[in-house]
Amino acid sequence: MSRRPEPAQTHDPARHHLSPTRTLAIDPLIEDPETRIVVCCGSGGVGKTTTAAALGLRAAERGRKVVVLTIDPARRLAQSMGIDSLDNTPRRVKGVDDSAGGELHAMMLDMKRTFDEIVEAHADPERAAAILGNPFYQSLSAGFAGTQEYMAMEKLGQLRSRDEWDLIVVDTPPSRSALDFLDAPKRLGSFLDGKLIRVLLAPAKVGGRAGMKFLNVGMSMMTGVLGKVLGGQLLKDVQTFVAAMDSMFGGFRTRADATYKLLQAPGTAFLVVAAPERDALREAAYFVERLAAEDMPLAGLVLNRVHGSGADRLSAERALAAAENLEDPRIVDQEDGKAGLRNSPETHGSSDSPAASATAGTPAQEAGTPAQDVPGPGSPATADGTEAAEDPERSVDRLTAALLRLHAERMQLLSREQRTRDRFTALHPEVAVTEVAALPGDVHDLTGLRDIGERLAADRPELPETSWHT
Amino acid sequence: MSRLQVVSGKGGTGKTTVAAALALALTTQGKRTLLVEVEGRQGIAQLFETEALPYEERKIAVAPGGGEVYALAIDPELALLDYLQMFYKLGSAGRALRKLGAIDFATTIAPGVRDVLLTGKACEAVRRKDKSGRFVYDYVVMDAPPTGRITRFLNVNDEVAGLAKIGPIHHQAQAVMRVLKSPETAVHLVTLLEEMPVQETADGIAELRGARLPVGRVIVNMVRPEVLDASALELVAALPRSSVARALSSAGLGGARRGGHAERLVEPLLAQAEEYAERYALETEQRAVLADLDVPLHELPLLAEGMDLAGLYALARELREQDVS
Repeated sequence: MSRRPEPAQTHDPARHHLSPTRTLAIDPLIEDPETRIVVCCGSGGVGKTTTAAALGLRAAERGRKVVVLTIDPARRLAQSMGIDSLDNTPRRVKGVDDSAGGELHAMMLDMKRTFDEIVEAHADPERAAAILGNPFYQSLSAGFAGTQEYMAMEKLGQLRSRDEWDLIVVDTPPSRSALDFLDAPKRLGSFLDGKLIRVLLAPAKVGGRAGMKFLNVGMSMMTGVLGKVLGGQLLKDVQTFVAAMDSMFGGFRTRADATYKLLQAPGTAFLVVAAPERDALREAAYFVERLAAEDMPLAGLVLNRVHGSGADRLSAERALAAAENLEDPRIVDQEDGKAGLRNSPETHGSSDSPAASATAGTPAQEAGTPAQDVPGPGSPATADGTEAAEDPERSVDRLTAALLRLHAERMQLLSREQRTRDRFTALHPEVAVTEVAALPGDVHDLTGLRDIGERLAADRPELPETSWHT
Repeated sequence: MSRLQVVSGKGGTGKTTVAAALALALTTQGKRTLLVEVEGRQGIAQLFETEALPYEERKIAVAPGGGEVYALAIDPELALLDYLQMFYKLGSAGRALRKLGAIDFATTIAPGVRDVLLTGKACEAVRRKDKSGRFVYDYVVMDAPPTGRITRFLNVNDEVAGLAKIGPIHHQAQAVMRVLKSPETAVHLVTLLEEMPVQETADGIAELRGARLPVGRVIVNMVRPEVLDASALELVAALPRSSVARALSSAGLGGARRGGHAERLVEPLLAQAEEYAERYALETEQRAVLADLDVPLHELPLLAEGMDLAGLYALARELREQDVS
């Protein structure tokens, strides 16, 4: 034993030293009465919605009145919060521990409904009907590029202005790129400020005698071109739509600007959500830079699905070498440590070692078994079938070898995740990070969300108990 | 074999990687493939470790066996100007339109126009022929929007055709739809063996079928190696800890006694096996769900060292061996 290198020597010291110096403390953030909005953003498939829901639940169970605005939740996650009916209004989530005086509400964004409501609220009934019936409006509001982002911003503004909640947690739309959510208000603004609106409005006003004043030659050419490209009837729909919306545009922009400012305000905290994978973290880095450029308050990075190991001092290489060792009986038999240990007083009394003494008798005929191949006990290692039943000890060896291979795989994953994360940390050492340990399956209920919340708030991922430290 | 191969998948499943590997796999000797990107993320350039792609078809790789892969990042604004130029010889009027914000309007706000332009450009590449009448590209592989939006993205031409009942956009949309709904096109979905992506894949297939868009294959990405099968897992669960400790010790990992190095490895190793077992059961369930979809299934392995160019070629070989091409 003493001749063997200590496992600690194979442990990569970089793993701990390169860890980010700043840890994102979730509880102080969500408990702070000053925090009124938390925005979860990041690329698709990193667990944004789950993170938003888990944060909302945790804040509620710590006494705050919370609403979670989700954009496009997976069905079972929505069901877990009881919001599988899509009605665009916050619903109280049942089963939340309200002993601290908090409440959790959740809602799913219905963008068409949100758009319709804006129209209904800001136009007289006749005009509203004209807009709602316009074919261009109908397809615009049904969800083409950008509408979801505008409506998410609108809804956030609405929820905030109602001032019914201590905290609003927002999940951002699964955008084509992370930027859309931030760009939506500006883009809408520049569109509404643009000359295009006037060009589009002009012909609709031509009916009036003052109309001609607006129409210079250039503009008529433009509408001519637009007519050609879009087709006359579509252009007419657009024009009617723009004319009908005319009085509302100012309101749109004012609200979009207000929401944008709200996002920059100190009461808002952005959380960039990522998984320890190259693409997700690249997107996260991009988002961090973008938020800084827009003066948006970044609270930190939530790194989901981080793997750990209770035996992280046993390297992949050593685990693989040991697995091969176990899978090859000739080598095992040469191990002098084996007999000695198996006959040690401590193990003598155990009932599970009936085969300990049979070691020497194990025929070497299995030596040809490829080390890579780890067949289940149902298929003994001897492919030629010369050995009918497997020696129980060989079975233990082979299963143990499989455990070691599993561990090697885990360690490879760990170091890959670590490398990816270190790259991010090197680029953005200022960003506080919280890691969330990976779960084997998806979250389906409040218990699962609560568990994620615990993991979010813990300083480091919860790992199986580390038992290797000496 | 369909000449337009559309690759979609839930975010995080690696659809860009699979699209690129598929392009490499299809491009056998003497063939030429165009790999197009429509979401402006420059994912292809990152995969192939080159600088950002311009709005221009350029050779990006030589496939194993000698075929050529070209790549194009479609920019909707430039595609619109292109299109206007092609059909209306606009010249400076195009620039004026842009100044007015009309291009911005058409490509970001006007419903569906953006998507018509993107799919239209891909269909144009599919149909393009050289002087000798031969197709310029044998295949066009599109790294498309995610599963949740794919049907609307591809079907948008239908919606636009309904919205613009006459005029050039209408004709363009109809022409594009004819390609997309024909056997010339196959829409593949990339998934992981996890509940949410599998559910989205099932929903996506139902939606595609509902819109009569041709469903191709389901490609399960990042499949982890099977280290222990079901019966082995049962045996592991029943393994006496002391015998595992002894086996570890015999393999040179320290003492098997209580508190010895090998003995202290037992718990964490068994805990990992338990996690593995849980995942294994979930994966088995998800495989069954996928098998019920009645779509050809393919699996690509998780690359232990992470994705890089070598890994991309390895996945392409894997796809070729599975006869995807």
